[in-house]
Amino acid sequence: MDWEAFLLSIELGIATVLFLTPIALWAGRALAYREFRGKGFVEALVALPLLLPPTVVGFYLLVAFGRHSPLGQAIEALTGQLLAFSFEGLVIASILVNIPFAFQPVQRAFEAIEPSVREAGAVSGLTPWQVFRRIELPLAWPGIVTGLVLTFAHTLGEFGVVLMVGGSIPGETKTIAIAIYDRVQAFDDRSANIMAATLLVLSIAALGITNTLSRRIGRRRG
Amino acid sequence: MADAVLSAALRQDAPIPLDLAFDLRPGEVTALFGASGSGKTTVLRCLAGLYRPRAGRIRCNGAAWFDSDADLWVPPHRRRVGLVFQDYALFPHMTAEANVAAALGHLPKDQRPARARELLSLVHLEAFAARRPAELSGGQRQRVAVARALARDPEVLLLDEPFSALDRAVRVALYAEIEALRARLACPIVLVTHDFEEVARLADRVLVLETGRIVAEGDVGTISARADLPIIAAAAEAGSVLDATLVATLPDRRLSVLDTPAGQVLAPVIEAAPGTRLRVRIPARDVILADRVPEGLSVHNALAGTIDTIDPRPAGLADVVVVLGAARLRAHVTEDAVMRMGLAPGRPVVALVKSVAVTRPGA
Repeated sequence: MDWEAFLLSIELGIATVLFLTPIALWAGRALAYREFRGKGFVEALVALPLLLPPTVVGFYLLVAFGRHSPLGQAIEALTGQLLAFSFEGLVIASILVNIPFAFQPVQRAFEAIEPSVREAGAVSGLTPWQVFRRIELPLAWPGIVTGLVLTFAHTLGEFGVVLMVGGSIPGETKTIAIAIYDRVQAFDDRSANIMAATLLVLSIAALGITNTLSRRIGRRRG
Repeated sequence: MADAVLSAALRQDAPIPLDLAFDLRPGEVTALFGASGSGKTTVLRCLAGLYRPRAGRIRCNGAAWFDSDADLWVPPHRRRVGLVFQDYALFPHMTAEANVAAALGHLPKDQRPARARELLSLVHLEAFAARRPAELSGGQRQRVAVARALARDPEVLLLDEPFSALDRAVRVALYAEIEALRARLACPIVLVTHDFEEVARLADRVLVLETGRIVAEGDVGTISARADLPIIAAAAEAGSVLDATLVATLPDRRLSVLDTPAGQVLAPVIEAAPGTRLRVRIPARDVILADRVPEGLSVHNALAGTIDTIDPRPAGLADVVVVLGAARLRAHVTEDAVMRMGLAPGRPVVALVKSVAVTRPGA
């Protein structure tokens, strides 16, 4: 068991969830309630990482983060380091590829709230912020938590993008999914087996949590 | 007549056409009556602040809620309105008590639970305070919605088809409850409905809406005799509505004498004190027309009047409106009878009333 890689994966998962939570809340709610031009295009864009091969996403990010791109140069001038092959770069890549996993359940959860229930909040004298905090969040939270659990679990298992953007630097970019590949290459099946089983258990647990939560939504609506 | 609490003028061409102006007076129940698509719910949403029309103004107790000229729009949470939604729109994650307390933001926090329970007992739900909406029946949910709407101490109470999702038995019980409430409320009440029975039961005044316009306006009795309006004609069951006062009860004959604008009528015995104000409904199909008062008749009420209008109806029927004193009565007769008897506007006629139904006891 490569504990360093395991902890790095956990860190990456937590960082991704922390950054993505406010973004997903804002964007998921906006997609659920607002009508604007190009909404269909934005929704397609949100879903794009689901279809795109991870290596393709990783390749473009690598190019964007690299020394030859304007973005990479700007970040290097600002921070003195490159995003490519760094933990920070991994976090950004992880946020981007997890957008559909986080946004879509949150959007569905907000959409599932009856419009009249939100209106009833306003008519009862609640400010828009109070409606959000006291009506929308309590009703949408199973969907929100589902999105975050999926994001976390998916981050642990992400392979292609991490390999392209981060390489396999121990303690910096070598996550557990990379470590499994690494161990298999080294014919260390025992270590690979333990780590694979760990990921399997975590994924099953994540699915268990999301299933329980979606049943809870169903019950409440009944 | 008391001054208007709320006056509104709303205008727009699209997407939902609106072109109307009206006043609401304290303690009065105004029905917005119309078919679906007539814009009645949209008008209600404008008053609540949930829908902003292109042009117009709304003033309530001296404060402007909407003025398109001044680009002024007060959002719903800053208008003191109570709205009972058609689907009640209770907060599903809160108990009945919390639903009501959520609308008590104007009170200090420590006073809210007591006031919420007080409002729940007003609608006879104090025993259900800890239940969530999913654990309540349709009628109970509606009553929680009413309690929540009253919680803000509204300047105007808006009811959006509040009975449409309920079965008949529950509905009738709730009519009585709303009637009892309205006696205690000083604010104007607006009832949106497409059911004339509700209008006849609950309303003082009716605005008949068609594609966002008021096509008729008046007290319930006057509007119920407007056979020229398709929606009134379609509500044949409703017939004519008359305000009445109980004069006396004749126990030996098991009848009550009522004073109505159409003259005195006899009705099945009503258990109430003389002087009680009532509202009665006379279905158009239960009115027979005759040239003179016939003899040897089982019908108690023969009222002499003059024909006002005759409107043809499908299936060989005609809707005849008879003026009786200050009232107007609708009668459904066949086209053949119109021809045979030579019925025409201005002709004197006797209306024989087969049944008189009391729709609103003790109003």
